Amino acid sequence: MRDKLDIVDFNTLFKSETYEQQRERKREFEAPCSPSQVTETLEYSQSQEYKDKNFSRSSLVVNPAKACQPLGAVMAALGFEKTLPFLHGSQGCAAYFRSHLSRHFKEPVPAVSSSMTEDGAVFGGLRNLVDGLENCMALYKPEMIAVSTTCMAEVIGDDLQAFIETARQEGVISRDIPVPYANTPSFSGSHITGYDAMLKSILSFLYNESKVKLSTEEDLTKLNVILGFEPYTGNFAEIKKILSAFGLEYTVLGDHSGNFDSPAAGEYSYYYGGTKLTDVPKAASATGTISLQKYAVKKTIEYIQGEWNQQIVSTYTPIGIGATDRLLQSIADLTGSEIPAELQEERGRVVDALTDSHSYLHGKRVALVGDPDLLLGLIGFCLEVGMEPVHIVCTNGDKEFLQEAEELLASSLYGEEATVHNGHDLWHMRSLLISNPVDLAIGSSHLKYAAKDANVPLIRIGFPIFDRHHMHRYSIIGYQGTLNILSLIVNTVLEQLDQNAPEYGFDLVR
Amino acid sequence: MRQIAFYGKGGIGKSTTSQNTLAQLATKYGQKTMIVGCDPKADSTRLILNTKAQQTVLHLAAERGTVEDLELEEVVQEGFGDITCVECGGPEPGVGCAGRGIITAINFLEQQGAYDGLDFVSYDVLGDVVCGGFAMPIRENKAQEIYIVCSGEMMAMYAANNIARGILKYANTGGVRLGGLICNSRNTDREDELIMELARRLNTQMIHFIPRDNVVQHAELRRMTVAQYAPDHAQAKEYEILANKILHNDMMTIPTPITMEELEDLLINFGVIENEEEHVKKIIAQQKAV
Repeated sequence: MRDKLDIVDFNTLFKSETYEQQRERKREFEAPCSPSQVTETLEYSQSQEYKDKNFSRSSLVVNPAKACQPLGAVMAALGFEKTLPFLHGSQGCAAYFRSHLSRHFKEPVPAVSSSMTEDGAVFGGLRNLVDGLENCMALYKPEMIAVSTTCMAEVIGDDLQAFIETARQEGVISRDIPVPYANTPSFSGSHITGYDAMLKSILSFLYNESKVKLSTEEDLTKLNVILGFEPYTGNFAEIKKILSAFGLEYTVLGDHSGNFDSPAAGEYSYYYGGTKLTDVPKAASATGTISLQKYAVKKTIEYIQGEWNQQIVSTYTPIGIGATDRLLQSIADLTGSEIPAELQEERGRVVDALTDSHSYLHGKRVALVGDPDLLLGLIGFCLEVGMEPVHIVCTNGDKEFLQEAEELLASSLYGEEATVHNGHDLWHMRSLLISNPVDLAIGSSHLKYAAKDANVPLIRIGFPIFDRHHMHRYSIIGYQGTLNILSLIVNTVLEQLDQNAPEYGFDLVR
Repeated sequence: MRQIAFYGKGGIGKSTTSQNTLAQLATKYGQKTMIVGCDPKADSTRLILNTKAQQTVLHLAAERGTVEDLELEEVVQEGFGDITCVECGGPEPGVGCAGRGIITAINFLEQQGAYDGLDFVSYDVLGDVVCGGFAMPIRENKAQEIYIVCSGEMMAMYAANNIARGILKYANTGGVRLGGLICNSRNTDREDELIMELARRLNTQMIHFIPRDNVVQHAELRRMTVAQYAPDHAQAKEYEILANKILHNDMMTIPTPITMEELEDLLINFGVIENEEEHVKKIIAQQKAV
């Protein structure tokens, strides 16, 4: 047997004398601020004056709560069977999307780029795209390639349609391989815009190209489900569970739960799961479509309503009893079925759990950050359990979102104190948390710095979550998801309670 | 709906020719028309609107911070002959990227349904096709017919040939075609024959020869088209004929651009430029005379 490894603790390692001395020696070359300057600046950054300045800044964004369009496009592409996301543009962008998604899902993310460089920018990226398509067919043998663009290709105005057609004419890619594309400039919109553009492009491409126009009786009774830019693989399982309980046949349009939750079985494959390409044209004749996000898939919804002429029920992320009730009711209405008894029973159990925890949550002041759909879901949940949203920051919401959020808040007494800061960033949130303290902050990992500065516990919900494991495997939608969120929040509150408890109040029972 | 685009060398009279022609198309032939100005100078619609400058898509987008916050009504104006006008606009000379500006503006118009209910959309594009952005109007699902405005001067023809090369690039993979050359006369010798010959070699037609007339400039000084300023003038008739020819144009071709040598030979044959020997002789003669 080998000797036991002596692993030095990271948190104390750099406090050892060697490192202390090393830092001291480096200091003379760094022109550092004096400790008093640091303290002064920190205090200033917590003043009202600084907050006013922070809120009047107009040409600077600090730590925005969003990512760029092609990141969403890559996620959309990975929702389809044997589909390779292809980024037309620079390599660094592709590396960023891959690592960003990997850090959240803890899974490898296959994606390729056309690796444009200086000459590509000057002469256009036609050759890069053609050669790239040829290479990725040879190496990765995808059944579909979903092309999106990075800023570089967008600024110089590369014409994807013409380029892809050229690649086909040159014979590097066969006519049988679908190559949908989406223009996803990072300098407008956010990851949800890119997700939407790519999903719509894939659906419309596969539908238009399909030779099978006739639908079977079975297709007509099926339901389509869209989850949108979904950072929770657990949500796929949850919605599938709900639809199975209804006894419904369905097609998930854009199911990336396979690629982002692949098993370690000893051998790696590039592609796991995903919506079957042949299911897409059939989906056009389905009974209707249920979308569990609406702001993230606006264009796709428009397309399905228009071109596929389908009834569509779109809701913001269904978190909480009310939102789940409405979701189940609309599934029942759309398909003419009854809400299954097992779901009603599950509802009862979750209501029971909510009442168990209610006394610890009532009146808790919270700050929220996230994508529009998630925020609306979380606001709804807070109001339902008597928590009071105070600061709500959204970087990528539109006017319609702002209106809906404000209406939702106005519908409850618990929403009275809330302000929705649309188009703001996490540095704004920092000022808000310091000047008007709350009990809890809810958001992605990026919020951890502001939360720490303001000494508020952070509950990680949303995207990305880099610094906690497996959160994405548990659903946050439906009754079960509501229960998951409830236990996450209430246990954080109880943990706080214990930490801050005086000796006489360190109770066994909470 | 037909989508057409006017291209040509800078200063050749694209905007003047296109506005005068479209004014006739709208008033004489009842075609519901929209002009999309794709020149950062934003002067493609002034004769129709009788104004100095129109509020541009990109100017407003820059003010608001994002193009998504714009409403269509804010950037679309109606002018003479009920022609609707939009100017893309763009950056100041020397900064930014005008090509990207055109992409942004045209995407905005399409998304907002600006083209609903129209018979004609006409793009007025500046100069040569210099980058991907300036080729935006000839991409798939946009302008299918290109008209090149030129004259019997060397650089105008050089530009026309270059534009034909740009069209060829897109014609192979998409539906864009060359509809013809419009000769906007500069009163040079044998100009009509020369442009007809150039057209033949480019595998297209000279769709119309517009004679030079000062009434165009007079109208322009008053920010009007001839159709509005002097509707009965013979020049108005010329534009009407061109409008009619465009309306019934059935000669849509894939251009065959020529080499620089071939273009120079053509110009020598027509006496626009001299060959080197004659040029040297002339210079010597001039020197002797001095």
